[in-house]
Amino acid sequence: MMRFLVIRFLRGLLTLFLVLSFAFLILRSTGDPAMLIMSADAPPEALEAFRKGWGLDAPLWQQYVGYFKNLAQGNFGYSMRDKSPAMDLVLERIPATLSLALPAFALKLMMGISAGVYAALHRNTWIDRFLISLSIAGYTMPSFVLGLMLVLVFAVGLGWLPSGGDATWQHAILPVITLSLGGAAVLARFTRSAMLEVMGQSYIRTASAKGLVWRRVVLHHAMPNAAIPTLTVIGFMVGSLIAGAVVVESVFSWPGVGRLLVTSVANRDLAVVQSLLLLVATTMVSANLMVDILYGWIDPRVRSGQAGQGKKA
Amino acid sequence: MTPLLQVQELRKHFQVSVPEGWRQRKANLRAVDGISFDLHAGQTLGLVGESGCGKTTTARLVLGLTEATHGQVLFNGQPVAAKRDATWRAQRQNMQMVYQNPLGALDRRLNVISQVQEPLLIHGLGDALSRTEQAQDLMVSMGLPKPLWHRYPHELSGGQRQRVVLARALILKPSLLVCDEPVSALDVSIQAQVINLLQDVQERMGVAYLFISHDLKVVRQVSDQVAVMYLGHIVEQAPPQQLFSEPLHPYSQALVSSVPSLWQRSNPKRHILQGDPPSPLSLQSGCVFQNRCPHAQAICREVPPRLTPLTSERQVACHLVSEQAVLPDAPLESLA
Amino acid sequence: MNTPSLPDQSQTAAPPSLAQSAIQLIRSMPLLVRLCSLWIVVVLGIALLADFISPYSYSQLDLLARLRPPAFWGGSSDHWLGTDELGRDVLSRLFHSVRISLLVAFISTMLSATVGVLMGFAAAHFRGWVEQLVLTLVDFQASMPFMIIALAVLAFFGNTLVLFIALMGFYGWERSARIARGLTIAANEQGYASAVYDLGASPWRVYLRHILPNIASTLIVSVTLTFPEVILLESGLSFLGLGVQPPMTSLGNMVGYGREYLQSAPWILLAPSLFIVVTTFSVSMLGDWLRDLLDPTLN
Repeated sequence: MMRFLVIRFLRGLLTLFLVLSFAFLILRSTGDPAMLIMSADAPPEALEAFRKGWGLDAPLWQQYVGYFKNLAQGNFGYSMRDKSPAMDLVLERIPATLSLALPAFALKLMMGISAGVYAALHRNTWIDRFLISLSIAGYTMPSFVLGLMLVLVFAVGLGWLPSGGDATWQHAILPVITLSLGGAAVLARFTRSAMLEVMGQSYIRTASAKGLVWRRVVLHHAMPNAAIPTLTVIGFMVGSLIAGAVVVESVFSWPGVGRLLVTSVANRDLAVVQSLLLLVATTMVSANLMVDILYGWIDPRVRSGQAGQGKKA
Repeated sequence: MTPLLQVQELRKHFQVSVPEGWRQRKANLRAVDGISFDLHAGQTLGLVGESGCGKTTTARLVLGLTEATHGQVLFNGQPVAAKRDATWRAQRQNMQMVYQNPLGALDRRLNVISQVQEPLLIHGLGDALSRTEQAQDLMVSMGLPKPLWHRYPHELSGGQRQRVVLARALILKPSLLVCDEPVSALDVSIQAQVINLLQDVQERMGVAYLFISHDLKVVRQVSDQVAVMYLGHIVEQAPPQQLFSEPLHPYSQALVSSVPSLWQRSNPKRHILQGDPPSPLSLQSGCVFQNRCPHAQAICREVPPRLTPLTSERQVACHLVSEQAVLPDAPLESLA
Repeated sequence: MNTPSLPDQSQTAAPPSLAQSAIQLIRSMPLLVRLCSLWIVVVLGIALLADFISPYSYSQLDLLARLRPPAFWGGSSDHWLGTDELGRDVLSRLFHSVRISLLVAFISTMLSATVGVLMGFAAAHFRGWVEQLVLTLVDFQASMPFMIIALAVLAFFGNTLVLFIALMGFYGWERSARIARGLTIAANEQGYASAVYDLGASPWRVYLRHILPNIASTLIVSVTLTFPEVILLESGLSFLGLGVQPPMTSLGNMVGYGREYLQSAPWILLAPSLFIVVTTFSVSMLGDWLRDLLDPTLN
């Protein structure tokens, strides 16, 4: 188990390294950021000074080394527009995003798992079918459409909730719901099939034949086993939360990290984009690592080192 | 006369990683550890042994599907290369293999007659018309009539599938056919048909067989010579009648005695082997069979016995047999 | 010859014609799947015939007729779906957006399937470090949300249409790669592929004539499931203003530009939104059904 975790950890570090190198490569191999930021008719000396300031005219490999040195020192570059440190810009927006992401995550888990378990237990009834169709609708509907529809109905049509900005907590309701519904749908579907598969196993029939109360069978036997494959999906959910935040924050003008990413991309503010990239990569790697740890904790087969190869294909 | 196939001191060792606590140990798996035999044209050599004794690896080495760690294989006096280049591919016309699982060996999306023709297509022999004709003729002679030609593998019975695989292997008229457990997956009654077919083909086409099986009854029926393998070594080689009536090596004795026979009376004296077969990973000096041999002596633990000829037709690899012609425990009544 | 042969009975029945198979297939679909297939056909028709069925050019301005509502909502029948903020006909723009969005999705899906299959084959064929490299790349791709990768690339490279399609072409390649690699390894180790190699076939022949046809059905299912996701991705990026750029129009594009007029002229974004949702739903449904049909064990 330890060996397994150490490998995963190293792999995570490798991923981070790759992401950063990737960022660096395309960062420096594209057009001239100076022209982009300073506009084409700025005086050439100004452009040159700009380039020197950003270190854009040293040979490529030197820039690569300097790049990593900078990162190690905590220097993530400066936002080309604001002139403030890029990472600070990013960090100060994190709480805003978290205030959407965390409730959305919790909501996703609750809705998704309960819907999935319920559907599995009441298989082939109309509720099951209804939930399935709902969940399919959930993941085929893009979050921006969902968000806009919700705004149309609840803000414009009914006037109950505000449509944008982050002034009060009511402003958070629609974004959170939008963010959670798509993921909940996927989770519900997945939980349902995991539960169904587990419930079809012989040990469940044995438990119920032993005379155990059905509820206990479900809670103590079925669900923990179904949790195992579901865990991997939760790892993906973190990723989709991040991607979802990008869109949702733009729809609702929520001043979070996602919105910052969109504007930075539009403005080609490369230092900020890069910092965001690093942040996202770190989050993903940590999330996956935690899933692996939980996996090992829950699934005794992994603990004993038998399934040490992990579930990758 | 030069034998069609000569195998000399063939060894195949695999590097494996054995988990050991925190790290992994590199170990040597000696799948085949120094075997030699000859096979003459039109003859059948049966190769028997338990699972894991190296039979399939031997087959793959003979055909050049795997590279040997040591030793060589000579086919028609030419060494068999293990490199999959154009020369190797051209050699396929002369040597082919038939497998245990006919369904797995066939492409389930193509009908059987096109699969039987495919070798001709691969080697660019003949034109479309002659290829089809050859395939048709061959299939008919193997008991696969016209209604079956356009069927798919899963639409045929096990016996029919194996015939298809055979036809595909034979259409190039190879001089050597390696059969790796060709009838093990079939019902007993079908086995007999396929065996008859194999013998018939051998008479007509003069194909030599390397017949690998763990089923002694079958091997006995088809072979001109039988070689018994244990953990990568050949321990005894003899014509079937002699081997089955009077096995000399302790392992052969145990094998032969384990075959139930209709003619045995109650309470047969069985040679039951003690212990488990040792792992092919472990290194030990001396005879590979020492852990389970009821007659093991000091010398058996030191020096590995060589396969030595006793008569013009028999060879045994055992210290005790080369010194004296028979072993203390007389073998069982014969399986006549 | 003493092997018994069957008497020469009637021939096996001739295989059914293509038309007969198609009809049989349609009959076996449940109602919902049939409706979805119908929608897909409609959408394809729109994409192909956009030029012919659009009443106006999609970029034709008419500043005197700005923000007119659709015909069924109080507007005139000049513009069935109303006009946008520059007086352009929403219906025509819709048709063209469908074409662009589908084009992008189609090309990208083909690209990603091709790249994925080639990588999968390479990994399975060469094993060793090639396989490790491919697996690391697959891991990398699967571990980051694609939207983020896409945004980063767009930031650095800009978004001409060609570049954008190439970028979308990287979505989902890892699924095809995994499938191709897994099935090829199985075929090579114990199956039909190794048998054909032993016959002396060259690797080209084995891959093209044997392995590819055998894995095709699994790949097709995976592709039908990737396709709607590409549509969603492209429309999301276009919505954010980072995807298809004006003067070209895509479904997401329309929603993005229509967003400012959510209150005053909601029809601008309602029609494309509807199309996005129904189309993705239909393709997903069809893909699900196909999967159940071709390989029930895959679930």
